Amino acid sequence: MTRGTRPPMPDPAPSIAEETNENAIALKEIEGLGQAQIVRRRFFRHRGAMISLVVLVFIVLLAFTSVGFVIGDWQVGGWWQYNWVTAVGIENGGAPTIDFARFTFGNHPFGQDEIGRDIFAVVMRGAQQSLMIMVIVGFIGTVLGTVIGAVSGYYRGGIDGTLMRFTDVVITIPVIVIGAVLGRTVGIAGAPVLALILGAVVWTGLARLVRGEFLSLREREFVDAARVAGASDGRIIFRHILPNAMGVIIVNATLLMASAILIETGLSFLGYGVQAPDTSLGKIVSENQVAFATRPWLFWWPGVFIIAIALCVNFIGDGLRDAFDPRQKRMPSARHMARAVKAESS
Amino acid sequence: MATAHKAETVMQVTDLCVDFWVDGQLYPAATNVSFDVARGETLAIVGESGSGKSTSAMALLGLLPDNSRISGSVKLLGREILGLRSRDLREIRGKDIAVIFQEPMTALNPVYTVGFQIVEVLRTHLDLTPSEAKARAIELLAKVEMPNPAASFRKFPHQLSGGQRQRAMIAMAISCDPVLLIADEPTTALDVTVQAEILELLRSLRDRIDSGIILITHDMGVVADMADRVVVMKDGATVEVGDTLDIFRSPKHPYTQTLLAAVPKLLTAQDRPADPSRETSETERLSALSFRDVAIEYPKRGRVPAFRAAEGISFDVFPGETVGLVGESGSGKTTLGRAAVGLLPVTEGSLSVVGVDITRARGKGLRPVRRKTGIVFQDPGSSLNPRWPIGESIGEPLFLAGEAKGRELDRRVEELLNQVELPISYRNRYPHELSGGQRQRVGIARALALAPDLLVADEPTSALDVSVQARFLELLQGLQDRFGFACLFISHDLAVIDELADRIVVMHRGKIVEQGAKDAILRNPQDPYTQQLIAAVPVPDPVAQRKRREGRTAK
Repeated sequence: MTRGTRPPMPDPAPSIAEETNENAIALKEIEGLGQAQIVRRRFFRHRGAMISLVVLVFIVLLAFTSVGFVIGDWQVGGWWQYNWVTAVGIENGGAPTIDFARFTFGNHPFGQDEIGRDIFAVVMRGAQQSLMIMVIVGFIGTVLGTVIGAVSGYYRGGIDGTLMRFTDVVITIPVIVIGAVLGRTVGIAGAPVLALILGAVVWTGLARLVRGEFLSLREREFVDAARVAGASDGRIIFRHILPNAMGVIIVNATLLMASAILIETGLSFLGYGVQAPDTSLGKIVSENQVAFATRPWLFWWPGVFIIAIALCVNFIGDGLRDAFDPRQKRMPSARHMARAVKAESS
Repeated sequence: MATAHKAETVMQVTDLCVDFWVDGQLYPAATNVSFDVARGETLAIVGESGSGKSTSAMALLGLLPDNSRISGSVKLLGREILGLRSRDLREIRGKDIAVIFQEPMTALNPVYTVGFQIVEVLRTHLDLTPSEAKARAIELLAKVEMPNPAASFRKFPHQLSGGQRQRAMIAMAISCDPVLLIADEPTTALDVTVQAEILELLRSLRDRIDSGIILITHDMGVVADMADRVVVMKDGATVEVGDTLDIFRSPKHPYTQTLLAAVPKLLTAQDRPADPSRETSETERLSALSFRDVAIEYPKRGRVPAFRAAEGISFDVFPGETVGLVGESGSGKTTLGRAAVGLLPVTEGSLSVVGVDITRARGKGLRPVRRKTGIVFQDPGSSLNPRWPIGESIGEPLFLAGEAKGRELDRRVEELLNQVELPISYRNRYPHELSGGQRQRVGIARALALAPDLLVADEPTSALDVSVQARFLELLQGLQDRFGFACLFISHDLAVIDELADRIVVMHRGKIVEQGAKDAILRNPQDPYTQQLIAAVPVPDPVAQRKRREGRTAK
């Protein structure tokens, strides 16, 4: 066949589109969907993660709208009548006025402390601070860990050696010690600065994981294909390999956030984290530990919020992990199976 | 074969149906599959990927995942085994029915020795003391012709070669004298010469242990070599059942006919009409790719010494011609292909691509070459970025070379999709939505995006079914006729090379053992290794294959 005699191309659609895919049946579930859509669908199906997501959104909205927030000079008021610094007259002996049986909140649903501050307002402010620290630590840790891991895994050799030994050094220093030493000094500057410092030490685990992921992905043929096409290293790292490592990164970023909230709580409890007059969940627990026997609610409410936030973030991470796992297959229950059989025979 | 019909029926399968539950709906994977196997008989189940052949076989053992629904009847020596409790099934598995898997490296547990794994099977099913079991295991290893059985007993899977691993797998399968042996693509992962040995072993075992064998394969050559009877499957249904001879001689169903027609046959391919430009003397033309005494080394890493993957390589590829590079795994053929597109540095000698010497080129120095070369990779599943729609993958070389942007880029991508006969609407699809053959077409479209002078195809069809492979080769030839690029076609499959190549280069252990025109190499091989390689290829014709086999064993 030479150029001139070649017949016109036949309409390709029927013959090529008919080709059977190796695992055509297993692919029925994801027919016509992009990667992001598949992940989203699997995530939405994870019941625990969805409930956690709703609860977390609720907590965030509650914390930020109830007592308002302050960013620099910008102040936004909330719908709650009290704030977290002003003491008011003690009602009901300071005990919580919330009544689950009759479903009424009262004036001080979470109670008051010994000088009359409203604990609901204090806990909301604490939750704000803790959530903010969680997000900042998560963001800084993820960016640092990803970039260091990616560069190290992609280039290997000397760069890898240097970066990984540096990672080793950071790993050997206990986070709590760094937090204690630096936290004392910078804690006065406010919670965001503390979060920056924490973010700068928690990236190590993620860096290791991303490096491992890059080491295996860089051997895949699509990377060679990009290289043959003339792509630069930066393009290969960020446009080709990184999207494929997104699963690992997102999942571990959520877990990093969950641990960030616990680190902050621990540091603040020890007195090295957020400093007065500001507050955080850990600090509330710490301040009120002496009152455990007499006013346990001072202790409970921040505790409940710490657990709720950490649990929600972990569950979301778990849901994401499942969603990103391509081998994840849904197995039908006996009921589902019976229903499908019935539907087929009818 | 006549006696096989009188022998006792080992397994009788009637109206076997398998459905899979996906997202609240049942999808049939196999419908009304019926066959029976007698003692001493080999039944081949043939079909392309997705035809339900492996699914049916795994259903016999109850090894399908929980989202499957099986109905019909499966009788082992007259006893119904479908729907048995898992405890009873476990007793049957390994003892009465044994399986040989496709990939012995993953089917054997890497943390236990081969001996331990055979002993485990023996002691699960038979009442043996440890020392008796060990003696029996060594005996079994000897039976499968494992070199030095006593030493192999203590070896871990990674210490054995691919063929030896498969032998160990077979020893494990026959350890309890099963009445039925299911071999799921037992030789697909092996080189041809090793494949010939394993098939020889299976054939001799069938006579010695007197069990029925179900052979699942897509390779018609293997079927011709081994099977007494054949079941042809398509889309989950049996389309034809019959004696091997009848199936090959007079296939009745149109699908069987197309399947057989699609199989590339060694030494029978029609020569392509000669292109006048090819006949000009080779010295007058500038070669598109030229290796001169090239050696390629993988540098030493840590305590692992440098490995010389290829040495003393000299050959040329001229514009418009296809050179087939043949060799078994580990012979260094892929190394050469990667060096040709500048993915691997050359240690010694000189390498020039489309007139540019790239022996010393690194990084930016390779840019001019990148624009004039394209490569199609072996594994269509891994060579496309799973996170990118295929349109973007195809357009990337154009975008990076600064050839096109925006609307113009879209137009060029559409044109390329057209050239590889894919619908334009596919540009927004993701690789996982495409079949293997379609993905490989995308691979070609990307390789051809910059209209290269040299195309390297690294085993592009090894992951494809025969009918898809046939269409793919046709497409590649058509494109070459239109664009006149030089093509280095790397393959382990001599039949494919026979269909496509003008000249052949044979590699063995990093060296070129023979090179020359296609006919000279295939029909009159000089080097003993080439002769061995050609003799080992199973021919998809039972009579011719028997002759070849007898000729081989006579030597």
